[in-house]
Amino acid sequence: MSDSTSISTPADHNPSSLRAEIDRLIAEGALDLATRRLAELWRRDPASGTASFVISRLDGLLEKTPERPALTKFKLAILRSFTVEPIVPLLRAEAFAYGIDLEVHLGDFNTYVQEVLDGGSSLYRFAPNVVVLAVRTDQAAPELWRDFADLVPEAAQQAGGRVVHGYEQWIGAFRKHCQASLIIHSLERPASPSLGVLDDQSEAGQSGLIRQINRELRRIAVEFQGVYILDYDALVARHGSEHFHDERKWLTARLPIAAGYVLPMAREWMRFIVPLSGRTAKVLVVDLDNTLWGGVIGEDGMAGIKVGPEYPGAAYQALQRALLDLSRKGILLAVCSKNNLDDAMEALEKHPGMLVRAKHFAAMRVNWTDKAQNLREIAQELNVGIDALAFLDDNPFEREQVRAALPEVTVINLPKNPLEYASAVRNCAAFERLTLSAEDQQRTEMYAAQKQRSGAEQNFQSKEDFFRHLEQEAELEPVSDLTLARVAQLTQKTNQFNLTTRRYTEPQIAEMAKQPGWRISSIKVRDRFGDHGLVGVAIAHDEGEQCEVDTFLLSCRVIGRTVETALLAHLAESAALRGRKRLVGWFLPTKKNAPARDFYEQHGFERQATNGGGSLWALDLKSSTLHCPDWIKLKVSVGSRIAETTPGGKN
Amino acid sequence: MTASTFEQVRNVASDIFGVPADKITAESSPETVESWDSMQHLNLVLAIEEKFGVQLEPEDIEQMKNIGAVAALVEKLQSAAR
Repeated sequence: MSDSTSISTPADHNPSSLRAEIDRLIAEGALDLATRRLAELWRRDPASGTASFVISRLDGLLEKTPERPALTKFKLAILRSFTVEPIVPLLRAEAFAYGIDLEVHLGDFNTYVQEVLDGGSSLYRFAPNVVVLAVRTDQAAPELWRDFADLVPEAAQQAGGRVVHGYEQWIGAFRKHCQASLIIHSLERPASPSLGVLDDQSEAGQSGLIRQINRELRRIAVEFQGVYILDYDALVARHGSEHFHDERKWLTARLPIAAGYVLPMAREWMRFIVPLSGRTAKVLVVDLDNTLWGGVIGEDGMAGIKVGPEYPGAAYQALQRALLDLSRKGILLAVCSKNNLDDAMEALEKHPGMLVRAKHFAAMRVNWTDKAQNLREIAQELNVGIDALAFLDDNPFEREQVRAALPEVTVINLPKNPLEYASAVRNCAAFERLTLSAEDQQRTEMYAAQKQRSGAEQNFQSKEDFFRHLEQEAELEPVSDLTLARVAQLTQKTNQFNLTTRRYTEPQIAEMAKQPGWRISSIKVRDRFGDHGLVGVAIAHDEGEQCEVDTFLLSCRVIGRTVETALLAHLAESAALRGRKRLVGWFLPTKKNAPARDFYEQHGFERQATNGGGSLWALDLKSSTLHCPDWIKLKVSVGSRIAETTPGGKN
Repeated sequence: MTASTFEQVRNVASDIFGVPADKITAESSPETVESWDSMQHLNLVLAIEEKFGVQLEPEDIEQMKNIGAVAALVEKLQSAAR
């Protein structure tokens, strides 16, 4: 689909002719192009009517080919105290634009307590990946909302305590029945407190108490795995309470949100759904001229380009701050620019107004080749899939060319005004993260060390010499509370060296670790150039005479340096020590895990069975010669395990 | 009622109700459009408010008995705002 004739620039279509084109493409069976045009329509006109159109056509497409390869299936349940039905089409259309086929289940009005407490409720039968608890203050804390002036201070405090206790119990019950992620709306404060400005003169006023409840909710959420707070109070404040709310709709249809803010509500949910579904971007590739700075370096020169603390350069500095914030979250930055390398490097290294420097970029393509080709090379150099890339460019033609050639890339819809660039990046849900590991925070440094390693590799006669030179140290330990988030993250994000590609949430990993006979090991790797952090996971369980590998994966950073052999050897040796006779495991092929295809065969396993889904391999532990390579110093620690009871779940 | 307001309302209704625009007339109503139930009525209200930047009062919403009435209402609110 990379032919340039299929590129349309935004001027080509008005939304209604685009609708007609989509229906024609569907009728002709050009489903990929129809899918792309649907996304374009949504981008151009993200409104309620468009959402209904997009969803109806999308459902039609999914009926024809249920497994759209580019879409990740994800299930969301919304428990609510208000009408959310009109938000759902916008939410599903927005999810589609992020590559997610979102199935939505709605709880009945105000039945969230029963649904959470009853283990057989329709909520749990739906088997959601994520549950949103969208309850407003008027329902969650009616005494504090409506009749506050009637309460003596002690009674108000007690009412607040009851609200918190209620949440604590529901969350505990939810975790007992279900391992889905849970997103809890914080409680909004009243726009006009009962006592007017007097309310703000004390922490125990109406606003103060609701703030206190929100602080407690945050504390409770931290104690549980996979429970997150959506700051509804801050969302309302960001848009302005008087605009966000619509009293007419609330009193007539139980919809508290005004027409113009239904989409922002959907987008706020997406900021959680995108990272939870794994459809995140790992690398942001940026253009230079008129994107990272104002003007064209090749024409305007160092003195002419605009970037600095004053307007208009300040807009570009704001964007650069947003980029640096992303890199602190572990998102790699890369450059893709049509420029002369010397010009670009001079600006990147020497311009006094620049906040982002050449060292912040893990890869650079400064040349005159087409951008899609450059993006392919960047993905290859950084060892990530094309779908892990996001692309930031001021030129609509370049954006459209990338969308056409590489539909899996997240192309950021950059507004025309540079003052809006920074928020376009900050509001892109593909960069949201719900947990941050030490690895995430150091990723840019790690990739810099990787560049040195690649340089070193070329100076050695044999691979073995190179491996010895690396002085690798690996540390194996069972998953613990400290590593749980990273282990779950790796199962969700690793695509290439992943034998079974089974995705697990934190609660699922914690649950598995408690099952008798199951072992979840993680591996950390260090070498003379730097620390890679926790880069591999193996999950195995004993079944009779054999030990079966459920999951075996390694981050792409360390593939091909025999760490995988060390991890597999450990599984084999420890299984033999426990008296198992065989180590068995499936290889389940995906579009991306070809690097792991021959792994079992190369390590002496024999194929036992093949079916449509994959192949089963076994290693006879008595005759096995599998051992850890002698150039890796391996340390096996017993380590701490997962805490026996979930905090807060006991009451 | 100008043709253009009516056409825009008709296009919105076509999206919301999942009915081709050329099948929708000024007389189309909950009685003649199968999917026009109370929830879709709410969706239509939101889409109209969003599209035309108007705010509909509960009394206005009750008057939206067919597509022609919706378009007339939009024109009335828009000219009042001018």
